[in-house]
Amino acid sequence: MTGSPEQVIRNVLADLPRHRGVVVDSPPGAGKSTLVVRAAAHIAATGEPLMIVAQTNEQVDDLVTRICAGHPRLTVGRLSAGGYVPPLRLLELPGVRVGTRVQDLGDPDIVIATADKWAWIGGRVWPWAIVDEAYQMRSDKLLRIAGLFERALFVGDPGQLDPFSIVDGDRWSGLSWDPLQSAVSVLLRHNPDLPVHRLPVSWRLPASAAPVVSRAFYPFTGFRSGTSEGDRRLELATGGMGTPHDRALEEAARSGWALLELPNRHTVRTDGEAVQAVALLAGRLLQRGAVASSEQGERPVTADRVAVGAAHRDQVAAIRAAGVPPEITVDTANRLQGREYDVTIVLHPLSGRRDATAFHLESGRLCVLASRHRHACVVVARAGIADLLDAHPSAEPVQLGVPVKFPDGWEANQSVLDHLSRHRV
Amino acid sequence: MSLLTSLARLRALDEGIAQPIATVRHCHLAARPMVFVPLKLSGEAAAPLAAMLGTDRDRPRLLVVTQPRNRDLRFAWAAELAGVLLPYVEGFLHRTETVERRNADPYERAVDAPQIVVPNQAGVGFVRLLGRSMRFRRADGPWPVPESVPLLGRWLTYFGERAAYPGSSLMPAMTEELGRHWASGQSGLEDANLAALLAWITTGPSDDAEDPLIWPPAGPATDPGFDAEVLAPAMESGSPERVTEALRTQLEPTWGLMWQAIDLLAGLEAGAGVASRWEQDRGSFSGMAAHIAEGAPPQPRRDGAVAAAAKLARMERAQAAYDVQRAYDDPLVMAEYRLTGEAFAGEVVDTDPGNTEGEGRSRKLRPIVVIKTDDPVRLAPGASLGTPQRRGQGAELVSAGDGLVTVKITKGMGRGRTAAPGAVPEIGERVCYTSLTDEFQGSPALPDAEATPWTHGGPPQEYVPDDEDAQEEWS
Amino acid sequence: MSGLKREGDHAHRLEALRGTTPQQPHDARAIAALAANPGCARRALMDGAGVDKDAAARHLGFPAPFGQSPFAITRGNVFEALVKADGCAELLRMLRELLGLTVAEVAYHDVENVGAHLRHAHTRTLIDRAARDGHDAGTLYDHPLLSLEIAGHTAYLEPDVVAFQLGGRFHIVEIKSFAVIDGQADPSAVAAAARQAAVYVLALRTLLEELGHDPLKVSHDVVLVCPENFANRPVASLVDVRRQLAVLRRQLTRMTSLDRLLEELPEDLTFDLRPDEDGRPTRPVAELGDALRRTTARYAPDCLSTCDMCFFCRDEARQEGASDLLGRQVRDELGGVASVTEALGLADGTRDPAEGQEEIARLLRNAERLRGECLA
Repeated sequence: MTGSPEQVIRNVLADLPRHRGVVVDSPPGAGKSTLVVRAAAHIAATGEPLMIVAQTNEQVDDLVTRICAGHPRLTVGRLSAGGYVPPLRLLELPGVRVGTRVQDLGDPDIVIATADKWAWIGGRVWPWAIVDEAYQMRSDKLLRIAGLFERALFVGDPGQLDPFSIVDGDRWSGLSWDPLQSAVSVLLRHNPDLPVHRLPVSWRLPASAAPVVSRAFYPFTGFRSGTSEGDRRLELATGGMGTPHDRALEEAARSGWALLELPNRHTVRTDGEAVQAVALLAGRLLQRGAVASSEQGERPVTADRVAVGAAHRDQVAAIRAAGVPPEITVDTANRLQGREYDVTIVLHPLSGRRDATAFHLESGRLCVLASRHRHACVVVARAGIADLLDAHPSAEPVQLGVPVKFPDGWEANQSVLDHLSRHRV
Repeated sequence: MSLLTSLARLRALDEGIAQPIATVRHCHLAARPMVFVPLKLSGEAAAPLAAMLGTDRDRPRLLVVTQPRNRDLRFAWAAELAGVLLPYVEGFLHRTETVERRNADPYERAVDAPQIVVPNQAGVGFVRLLGRSMRFRRADGPWPVPESVPLLGRWLTYFGERAAYPGSSLMPAMTEELGRHWASGQSGLEDANLAALLAWITTGPSDDAEDPLIWPPAGPATDPGFDAEVLAPAMESGSPERVTEALRTQLEPTWGLMWQAIDLLAGLEAGAGVASRWEQDRGSFSGMAAHIAEGAPPQPRRDGAVAAAAKLARMERAQAAYDVQRAYDDPLVMAEYRLTGEAFAGEVVDTDPGNTEGEGRSRKLRPIVVIKTDDPVRLAPGASLGTPQRRGQGAELVSAGDGLVTVKITKGMGRGRTAAPGAVPEIGERVCYTSLTDEFQGSPALPDAEATPWTHGGPPQEYVPDDEDAQEEWS
Repeated sequence: MSGLKREGDHAHRLEALRGTTPQQPHDARAIAALAANPGCARRALMDGAGVDKDAAARHLGFPAPFGQSPFAITRGNVFEALVKADGCAELLRMLRELLGLTVAEVAYHDVENVGAHLRHAHTRTLIDRAARDGHDAGTLYDHPLLSLEIAGHTAYLEPDVVAFQLGGRFHIVEIKSFAVIDGQADPSAVAAAARQAAVYVLALRTLLEELGHDPLKVSHDVVLVCPENFANRPVASLVDVRRQLAVLRRQLTRMTSLDRLLEELPEDLTFDLRPDEDGRPTRPVAELGDALRRTTARYAPDCLSTCDMCFFCRDEARQEGASDLLGRQVRDELGGVASVTEALGLADGTRDPAEGQEEIARLLRNAERLRGECLA
């Protein structure tokens, strides 16, 4: 099901009244939010009430802002939990009402809340729902809210991190309604005939990144970049000093990727040298006055357009403590999901490890880290990851009746590493 | 496992003796536990071979299926097992207390509950399978069994399920419990061997523990060498006595180890949260008994969509509570969080008990405490904190750096204009604060099973055990 | 040219490593096990040379803790016989349901009937014919004999059954005697079966390719037949082995690139057991042990369930005081610190951290301080 993004969106909208559920797979930066806003306006135009489900408060606020910006005449009710403090930008929007109960919202065209908040609502059924980030939503959450709507559009990115639990859920494996599976997998196992559309173009990822990410993490479906080579440029205003860090930034500016490789060594997770390198790269990037030019024009890469990503929370804390400029986002892959920056600096999950665990190999983790950028991604890693992958024992247990998930984390890691090795500094 | 435990393992390996990783006991130990050591026939899913069980260490009961391929003998074994376990379990149902509940009718809770102790995780798995193989059987129709067999099946299913519930002590697996309190100098995989783990804890490592001739495996799987050289010939000889005696040799050593392990755990003082978790176990046990008394059908083969989600929510809440409680109950567990910077401990060096925030009516008492600590603090200003020294209290991190941490107490210091006596720590007191807190919101309601939505397959067919279930073959 | 020469050297070196010990043939289980610990040079060399690891371990006085109960063996045989009884009548019933086999008549070929020496050739002919006239009715091939090249040697493989279905697809059938209870089975047992079945899939695909057919006619969905619940009645499930196939291909490629390992070995090194006429090893135990210790093992406790050499390597790790003994996770957590004494020295401050050990030393000292404080 390829075609232009516009055609896909029109197909999706046309499918809405024909099916109880419609699924849209969206690779990183493929215009998922645009689709949600379009679909929301489309449904609202029919005069029927709509509920929207997102996963985090930031995602909800973001959607509210976008809907109001695109369609100022729509009225939006933002449902929230008791302790929630709405950001100022939300309160300034004319069509928005914020409340903890549906009754407080008046009778808006659209009611929007997190899945957790929706789970406390009852006594009313909406004819339409849009569920955003549906692949990151656990199916037990969907179970709690599915009674609230008659039909729904499910939108999400299948390549990102799967939902998880702190308890062992093997007892439910193989069940079509396994509560630990994503909302979309459970939905599709019970309703295999629902149409699944795919947004074919990433507007975020540059021409240098889309093929790499597509090949590694979306091997069967694929997507392309909305921009061509040369459309995006990253320039460093001041010259470098020839240090490896500067050369890594130059390589990234030139090609969109860089691998700053440190000497092969097994280290603790919070590898001081690697952490220092990440912090240095972030600092130098700002110092050298990076300027990004794209179809959106030319703008300086300010600290808020840069993110640093790592696998573990202690790594994030160590990087923070190493003196990254405070306006730069430093976070784990889990929390960077759905975000977008001009430049990202990534501490490779396998850097310095002696053995790869399932956590480290989870393809979604690397996918998130490698697909947040509009211009360039610099990866910091110790040498030896290729050997580590080579020596990885394969003894994953197999559960009967559980569809095999692709891509395999090993293959995805190998594919990305292969590409990065061409941009080694 | 944290670096703290890893260090304990290294130390154990170096010193040749297991090292403590807990200062208190985190599981309940019953006054009269039922020790249950089952064996199964190799190659079969759940064909029982023998079990040694009882509440008196000097008088174990040995139940043997002298010819496991004989279905009648297996049914008879199941009935015999029921004859021992059911009176034990039901014996706890007579003494109850009335528990008042908010927004619900009061209910009767057993003042004590049964505790069935098995050697290892595989033992729990076998109990679950035994339960599964028995609970659908019937006392009438083809292949009838005594009524006690399906009833035992339901109880074994219940105990096996409950064992997966974090913090429950209704069916502890001994190697797991020991492993939560001691770090041996071997790997976690090797810790699954009861004899080996106990040797590490008591006398030091011994290769004997891995020699099946000296220490037969603690089951449910038997030693293949024993099967070939002793058991198979005994069965062929047709002498039930010979089979029984052969199996006794395999069970007796483990029986002794189980009681030795119980004594070891009993030597530790119970943690503060143990009683409340046991209370939940008692409540759960009474709930199951009521369920049976009401004539409900046996547990279904697998959970439906709603039941699975409900169970997951309960287990996640229990896991979180268990983690928090153990840390609050035990400084050595809390040390793991201190190591990662999610908790810190130290001496109070300054206080401002009368500090307030806001003006006029919104003026609030916010006592300030400054703590000197050697711990690496990785908590951001504004993080909400709790403290094991004052359980009901809430605090907030104001700032941290250079070994000094400032916190302000935000709740649980009394309602007056000044803090209640003792609510604010004195200078010189040792305190610990952590971002780990036991505040859980209830989970939102799930639909009734009959209202399972279309996304999850719609309303399920109601499960009624049928004849086919009851007549399920036992090969 | 030099490539060719190296390849010859390589085979020659492997033969020398094995010496006079007969080559241990690779079966599917052994091939599947190649991926159990690919980082272990000792195992890679022993497998590559075809050394009987079980015999070596026994001779060294470290017999592997693996054994199979006669009850389990009997049970397995009885079950397989039941599935295959009456020309695989039970199997056919299940395949009809599982694969939507609509044909009433399904042919049954027992390849074994032609005699052992002809089995491989006969299997080739039958498979070739089936792939050629795809319109034929379904056929079950019992006792087929497939082959696969492993490190320059031909390994012969005996899948339980190969099913050929109308529509032109071949399915490997794997019969196992572990139970499927309410739709679920022991995940590690299923994984082992899947790895083994993947070997057959690859062998059959290779055969089709050699015969000029499309290798993808062999489905990556294998049919796993197990007893259902507590009875002997079989139940069939489809298992997708694409991941296992990918791993297997990787490992087989690695086997052909043992050069790097071989180059590091002394010229005269051999793992020869020097069997006497009765096959009993006569090589002095100490000598064999020394020879093996010249190669680097990568011991992890997981080896205790996957490798015949496990007790020998564990003993070696104990002698060395290696933190590997405590498991992969502990080893990884300790950063670059491999020895127990070293880690403890860093923890109690009696040892100064070497370059690059500052952080783990700081963490360990902190952990030591906390343990000291809490246990005081």
